[in-house]
Amino acid sequence: MSATTVPPQPDSSTVTKRVTSRGSKNGQHRRLGGWWLPYALLAPAILFELLIHIVPMATGVWVSFIKLTQIYLRNWGAAPFVGLGNYSVSLDFNSAIGKSLLNSFLVTCGFTVLVVGISWGLGMAAAVALQRAFRGRGLFRTLFLIPYAIPIYAGIITWKFMFQKDTGAVNHLLFDNLGLPGDKPFWLIGDNAFLAIVIVAIWRLWPFAFLMLMAGLQSVPQDVYEASAVDGAKPLRQWSSITLPMLRPVNVVLVLVMFLWTFNDFNTPFVLFGSTAQPPAGDLISFHIYNASFLTWNFGTGAAMSVLLLLFLLVVTSAYLLFVNRRSKRA
Amino acid sequence: MGKTRAILAATAIAALTLTTAACSSGGGGGGSSSGSDKDTTLTYWASNQGTSIQNDKDVLTPVLDKFTQKTGIKVKLEVIGWNDLQTRIQTAVSSGQGPDVVNIGNTWGAWLQSTGAFAEFNDANMKAIGGADKFVKTALDAGGAPGKTPTSVPLYGLAYGLYYNKAMFADAGLQPPTTWEEFVAAAKQLTTGGKYGLALAAASYTENIHFAFLTAAQNGASFYDKDGKPTFTSQPIVDGLSRYLALMQTDKVVNPGNAQYDNGTQAIADFASGKAAMVLSQNNADASIKADGMSPDDYGVVALPSPKNAKAEVATFPAGINLSIFKYTKHLSQALKFVKYMTSEDTQSTLDKPYAALPVLAGAKASFTDNADEAKVFLDAYNNKSKPLPQVATEGSFESTIGKGLSQEFATIATGGTVSDADIKAMLKTAQEQVEAQG
Repeated sequence: MSATTVPPQPDSSTVTKRVTSRGSKNGQHRRLGGWWLPYALLAPAILFELLIHIVPMATGVWVSFIKLTQIYLRNWGAAPFVGLGNYSVSLDFNSAIGKSLLNSFLVTCGFTVLVVGISWGLGMAAAVALQRAFRGRGLFRTLFLIPYAIPIYAGIITWKFMFQKDTGAVNHLLFDNLGLPGDKPFWLIGDNAFLAIVIVAIWRLWPFAFLMLMAGLQSVPQDVYEASAVDGAKPLRQWSSITLPMLRPVNVVLVLVMFLWTFNDFNTPFVLFGSTAQPPAGDLISFHIYNASFLTWNFGTGAAMSVLLLLFLLVVTSAYLLFVNRRSKRA
Repeated sequence: MGKTRAILAATAIAALTLTTAACSSGGGGGGSSSGSDKDTTLTYWASNQGTSIQNDKDVLTPVLDKFTQKTGIKVKLEVIGWNDLQTRIQTAVSSGQGPDVVNIGNTWGAWLQSTGAFAEFNDANMKAIGGADKFVKTALDAGGAPGKTPTSVPLYGLAYGLYYNKAMFADAGLQPPTTWEEFVAAAKQLTTGGKYGLALAAASYTENIHFAFLTAAQNGASFYDKDGKPTFTSQPIVDGLSRYLALMQTDKVVNPGNAQYDNGTQAIADFASGKAAMVLSQNNADASIKADGMSPDDYGVVALPSPKNAKAEVATFPAGINLSIFKYTKHLSQALKFVKYMTSEDTQSTLDKPYAALPVLAGAKASFTDNADEAKVFLDAYNNKSKPLPQVATEGSFESTIGKGLSQEFATIATGGTVSDADIKAMLKTAQEQVEAQG
């Protein structure tokens, strides 16, 4: 592919120059009637962007600097300003609050690596398997997308039933049907809770990876595979030398989105473990922050933890994008 | 062309502004203040007192209809489970939107009072609902900080007791226990053949904190000092919690599966179906036991036993459900009428039976059971062997931090781990730090 000759493209900066110079040649163009129309059309979007994104975020940052407890909940304005007090409480890893936040952060990191990694692997395998047309392909496609189509609460509650110790389908299958030795374990309390939540999260996420990669594969031209087959390339080589590089733009975005969703996952632990019993092994960070806020009605510390989470995700995302962009420039 | 587009855009923007304006005025809730009784609809959040949320709706709907007939005031009912009630109230407090009248656990009284979000029952308001004298004093005092104007009034009175299966005790040749030691010995003897001596809702933070409080109180301990500062990590408290956890850990009289029971009714169901010989519960268990198919003749009740060397004989706290009115309500006079109605003799005698509640009205007779012995045990515990939970502003977090901490320690035990006294102390220290950070 690198051998393909590309006609020289005009430098983009000259294009801009040309456009601007043409604009200025017309000189002080009179404002046309309806000049305000673009602004008016943009206004609703900007208004809602402010309302839905910026205002709540700014409020959250503000709350992280005040002592918003039950006494001030009714009148936020009266809550005393504590500066970085909430942050120092959250980051003091010798104290109970800081230590549990750190533990939750580490659990979430492990959770994210496993869930994103395995979901991507499954999604890729399924997308490649269904790349060529065969009888029943549509059926498989539909089947694979079901977890993504089921309402999230219904799906997770079903898993909650299946993971019950004495009455759940998982233990029934493993111990009653397959005859594993030993006692039936708990899945939703104790250390197994981590495994349970990873399984449920993968079940939720992998169809999305599958969908995106399947769409991406549509744009890989068939003749490239045919040409490589003529040259003697085996499927694995075709995958690593054709499929993977051609899917790179899809993968760059897909992995980032999956990372952000998984790291911030709130629904899965909330529904799976219920609102009262959070096993430390499944203490994901969004859920941890929710509990830290609602358990003691201490919204200042909760907000400080949220801001820290936001900063962490910003740093990771920027580093990732920087790394990816630099590599694509080099390539 | 341009003009049409401009007009279209202008129309769109105008429509949008209108919708947002409508949203904001609709969101304000409440509508015009006071108004006539006939045009008023009160929103009432009831806690889950019956065998299920649906059961509560069935019990309350005719009572509320009667109120509407009498006064013309309509009542919109929502029944809320115990695990969600705190959060829901909190949302209402912070947003200023929610019900007009709400049920609260009376132990939350002082804590919710401190938010300033609830209407005070000052002289005028108290008079409007029939005067403070109509209530049992223990019940009224339990619902707020001492010396402050109450923001809640008692609705149902409750007390803890130890329910036991008469047949199982007779078969084993056992007498109902009078001390903690006898209680554990009996439970051990009855733990055979897949059955357990005791059922516990070990994942319910409210149940856990109640028993933490009671066992610690029997050891003579308090969770707060005189100045209202938390003192969670004292040795008598650790010992009390250790004694409570031992029921599953070392006495092994509780099914480890109970570590997943996050609702008292699940433990009661085990008792009613004969899977467990005893259950610790408030007297409203009567309704659930019956609904689960056990005849009232088949069980007996004794007071929660104290250890032989107990510092204080504490069998319960004056538990119960209170009524509060949100300060933001636009219908204060109607809300007061509703509270008056709910705490009237007539309504109380209607509701005490299905909810198996102790009377909160002075001079009223206990009507929750036909069993005179049972009534005596609960009333004696309520009036003579009770100690109120801490009446401080951080009571809510005290309940949730220690209660949830205990749920996790039960989970550790159930999954094969051990919980030492040091672990209990560490959990209490964590809870104390969280409560202090708030205070």
